[in-house]
Amino acid sequence: MTMDEADESLLEALLAGEHRALARVISKIENRSPGYRDLVSELYAHTGNADVIGITGSPGAGKSTLVDKLAEAYRERGETVGVIAIDPSSPFTGGAVLGDRIRMASTVGDMDVFVRSMSARGTLGGLSTATADAVKAMDAFGKDKIIIETVGAGQNEIDIVRTADTVAVLVPPGSGDDIQTLKAGILEIADIFIVNKADREGADRTVQELREMVHLGEESGLAGSAGHHGVDAMDGDGAGWDDVDESGDDTDDWTTPIVETVATKGTGVDTFIDELGNHRSYLVDSGTHAEKVRQRYAEEIRTLLREDVHALLEGELADSGGIDDLAEAVRQGETDPYSIATDVLAPVEACVENLAADADDSSAE
Amino acid sequence: MSSEQEAESIRCLVAKVGLDGHDRGAHVIARAFRDAGFEVIYSGLHKSPDQIVQAAVQEDVDVLGISILSGAHDTLVPKIMDGLAEYGAKDDTLVLAGGVIPDEDREGLKDDGVAAIFGPGTSIEETIEFVRENAPQR
Repeated sequence: MTMDEADESLLEALLAGEHRALARVISKIENRSPGYRDLVSELYAHTGNADVIGITGSPGAGKSTLVDKLAEAYRERGETVGVIAIDPSSPFTGGAVLGDRIRMASTVGDMDVFVRSMSARGTLGGLSTATADAVKAMDAFGKDKIIIETVGAGQNEIDIVRTADTVAVLVPPGSGDDIQTLKAGILEIADIFIVNKADREGADRTVQELREMVHLGEESGLAGSAGHHGVDAMDGDGAGWDDVDESGDDTDDWTTPIVETVATKGTGVDTFIDELGNHRSYLVDSGTHAEKVRQRYAEEIRTLLREDVHALLEGELADSGGIDDLAEAVRQGETDPYSIATDVLAPVEACVENLAADADDSSAE
Repeated sequence: MSSEQEAESIRCLVAKVGLDGHDRGAHVIARAFRDAGFEVIYSGLHKSPDQIVQAAVQEDVDVLGISILSGAHDTLVPKIMDGLAEYGAKDDTLVLAGGVIPDEDREGLKDDGVAAIFGPGTSIEETIEFVRENAPQR
């Protein structure tokens, strides 16, 4: 890969620890500016040292406040912190108000906490790529801990936090009845549950309900902390995860802990940090970490290819008369989306077949 | 190689600096910028110049809008400009000031590097238009 001179010096400045260079690189990643790919691929050589933590939960659960306290606690332990705070953008104008920074009051003035707000920019799937790349930039910059914070609203957000090694899900008290409905979504990805606002009424009940859910999941081997166990189970013969564990050590299952916090006062943050550390050790000791990282890279490769092919097809679409005309044709009842997709793809498929045929010819020679 | 042609968005930091608790105007601007399709980061109240600089640098904003209604602009704005210069961010950040700023102070602020000053009565459209036309091309 080759980079132009400006990007070369930008990369050097980032590796040298210049904040502005890091900010600039993240902008390039967000904007998908020309050359950003080469830049990111150069970053990879310098990554792998940071712990990546994902924090998600419903709006108002206290994510930003907790992240603020977490960053402060890490700083007191002498570790540098990067925060990526993601807020939704308007589906109509693409505009966004990114308000997470306001809560990050404990660490302002400390440049070793690098807070970056990002918006969804209305791109499906694009944000998880951009987030993963921004994490790479912060990792290469030398941050010890990188925290990704996002509202847990749907599949897109789940994809984002999956770029983290450890995912903490905030469950505010009083969401008791919601737990059932959440079950098939965001709670499944939790490595750690946090009942924030634990001084509020109903917190005990929420803790109790989560505990029951976690235990239920353990007994049935289906729900609850399914994230990594699910993977193990799929790899094996399906006889239950104790048997399929590659290391043969059956004591290393992770039971999702439930931590009670009061983020505004900083209560419980140390326990949270301990659990984060425990989970990290679990990941490494059990070999799950390698598996997770492998999966993540596989997903990144797939996403990149999908986006590239998508870009390629946009050109084909334009050649076939443009998406608007095609859509109008469907509306008029002249054709249907499936036929159009087949037609648009036809020349691409032909190309790929030709390539395959050429390859066969040359190998036959 | 991008499937999102519109990926680039104007990023703005709307900042309240110093001992000034009035942020209705800042909220109106933040909302209007959002509706204009910009990405807006709002600083919150009572920020020090250093904090504003930190946010502007980390967020790599194209536009920094400072709202001051306390009359302390001649003290606070130069501190912000110096801070931006320290991180090499002064030249390619469009700095705007808004709020209650007397006419006789405006030249001085412009000399400091403020691109435009929008006082009371400025239409939102005018501000947005100015940002669209003058946001730095990077």
